[in-house]
Amino acid sequence: MAVQGILTVIKFVVIAIAILVLGLITSWIDRKVTARIQARVGPPWFQPIADILKLLGKETLVPEGAGRNVFLYAPVIGLAGMALAAALLGNALISPEVGFVGDVVVLVYLLVIPAIALIIGASASGNPMAAVGASREMKLILGYELPYLIVIATVIYKTGFTLKLGDIVETQALDGWNLWSISGVIGFFILLLSAQAKLGLVPFDIPEADQELMGGVITEYSGPPLALIRITKTMLLAVLPLLMVTLLMGGVQFEGLSILWGFLKYLVIVVLIVLIRNTNPRVRIDQALKFFWGPVTALSIIAFILAYWGL
Amino acid sequence: MKKTIVPLGPFHPLLEEAEYFKLIVEGEKVVDIDMRVGYMHRGIEELSTQKTWDQSTFVVERICGICSTSHPMAYVLAVEDLCGCEVPDRAKYIRSIICELERIHSHLLWVGLAGHFIGYDTVFMWGWKYREPVLDICEKLTGNRNHYAMMKPGGVRRDLNNDDFAWVHKEMDKVIKSTEMLVGAVLDDPVLHARTKGIGVLSKKDAIGYGTLGPTVRASGIPDDIRTDDPYNAYDRVDWKVITWEGGDVFAKAAVRLLEIIESAKIVKQCMDDMPDGPIDANIKNMPPGEGIGHAEAPRGEVFHYVRGDGGNSAVRHKVRAPSFMNIPSFKATCVGHTISDVALITAAVDPCYCCTERMAVVERATDKLVMSGRELEECSRKATENLKKEYGSPTKVEKTVQKILSDF
Repeated sequence: MAVQGILTVIKFVVIAIAILVLGLITSWIDRKVTARIQARVGPPWFQPIADILKLLGKETLVPEGAGRNVFLYAPVIGLAGMALAAALLGNALISPEVGFVGDVVVLVYLLVIPAIALIIGASASGNPMAAVGASREMKLILGYELPYLIVIATVIYKTGFTLKLGDIVETQALDGWNLWSISGVIGFFILLLSAQAKLGLVPFDIPEADQELMGGVITEYSGPPLALIRITKTMLLAVLPLLMVTLLMGGVQFEGLSILWGFLKYLVIVVLIVLIRNTNPRVRIDQALKFFWGPVTALSIIAFILAYWGL
Repeated sequence: MKKTIVPLGPFHPLLEEAEYFKLIVEGEKVVDIDMRVGYMHRGIEELSTQKTWDQSTFVVERICGICSTSHPMAYVLAVEDLCGCEVPDRAKYIRSIICELERIHSHLLWVGLAGHFIGYDTVFMWGWKYREPVLDICEKLTGNRNHYAMMKPGGVRRDLNNDDFAWVHKEMDKVIKSTEMLVGAVLDDPVLHARTKGIGVLSKKDAIGYGTLGPTVRASGIPDDIRTDDPYNAYDRVDWKVITWEGGDVFAKAAVRLLEIIESAKIVKQCMDDMPDGPIDANIKNMPPGEGIGHAEAPRGEVFHYVRGDGGNSAVRHKVRAPSFMNIPSFKATCVGHTISDVALITAAVDPCYCCTERMAVVERATDKLVMSGRELEECSRKATENLKKEYGSPTKVEKTVQKILSDF
């Protein structure tokens, strides 16, 4: 039993690292595509890892008046939550039969932890910019979580009340993708917008807003803690599109060429995220809240009703 | 609600130069704003009085890297007003071309920066990409990309080559085309509308009350422009119109600037077509004692210069007023009541400074023979620019640098 446990832990760690590598590749794709859209050349493939390595080698500065422990532990907690979420999702994709009932719910909870950890860390830093950033992040979470959860509930309803990621994938293998219905398409776009907000990308990079808040929540972070935050964001960049592939596009099958097919689906979502990011200005926090609570939530409810009618 | 202070500056990613805006906020809402300028004081006016009349032209050129021709323009107008000399026609046309080229590149730069400030980095990159040909034109015509050193009391320092005009016409057409595309992309974007319309409204009354200048006042619907109000150069001899826009919000300011680019391009084209032949310098012989004022329309508004001479070789008093000095206090009227995000946008009327590249003629001292003319040197400079573009265009250089960093690590 103990050996079994250790093996599971090792498997989880390996999956989390694999997701990080996928995230680094995605991050490079993001930067390269962005550069091409903006008529620039873009960085070489190892730039994302080079950035993180560089940050790890820098000094850790803790501002005067900051709550030292909270300030330094917050990124670690964020990364821990993120790594667990990545491992859970990766595990469900590699071996769908192993998961447990309710892992969707656990995943949804875990995905909020990085943002909450950032809020706590920013509040502990004692910087007015970070404080404004933290309050914006909080409002943004309140905004996007509601439609996001309704869409996930819709998916769960469509797959016959399955609360297990592996079963959601298998149901789609039998009945076709969840995406191929009106409610699925609506859900896809809502998940895409929420992913944009969760990742802190334009038009919803409001909590970080370099030009207004000098990085907002991450203003005071430097060196290794900042590297941890970057790693968390990088993993999130891989996990969110993977989650969308899992929930709506039939997951990824790890047999021969279907891995490539799975990667292609993943890539489509990544490129959509990059395109949205590069063709929009940043919105204001009140506009973002109105947007998520107004039209987006209304659409998600419509999607749920459509799913109830079997559309 | 508790009031806190959010500092915008003195050093902030939003501001390319040091300025300090103290935002007094309740949560996100700005309830009051305090402005501090003067961090960049360099004692230019005093310095100018220690230089000769001719040297001061280059001193004032360094006041701003972007308005690098508006300040010398206003200064030479002031000196000419003092000595009462008449500038030859060809010099007037050349001055107009340089001033308008400066306006075009300055406005394109602003469009890019405004895009950056609003988080729209694609506009940032494309705006600056479109600005590049304008700088190429400047380099071709004057030899320099930014500090042109073309103005001199009584005329201009260098003549333009009429053979270049066909090429400039072609490039100007490209600039007009890409600007029209930018106008379409920026003015029709619904998200941009949501972010900029009704934000930072400067009413007509406030615009006049604060004495705002340039695109800032024209965006409030007031056709205030030195080029028509007190015509200098060749502006009264070519066909163009003052762009105004109703509203006074950020959107109106963007619209005015974008449309002004097209008007300026029109002026440049007409000036090249109508360019008369003749001398380019009035050759001022002596400076009488007295006072002179000169004002020119810089990209940001009216630049005002006052000089007083005592008949000697330099000014005894030189006073400069730049347009931002008048525009910044209007934040009091435009920023209060908006959120921090909007204030960042409203205050984004700042310009970065650029270094300039040096130009010279290589002469062999023993024989006084010209080895390389200005034109050949200009070719060298263009080649250097091309090489730089090539060098940084290929990823190998960047790759090498990063590999080095990695190996060091």
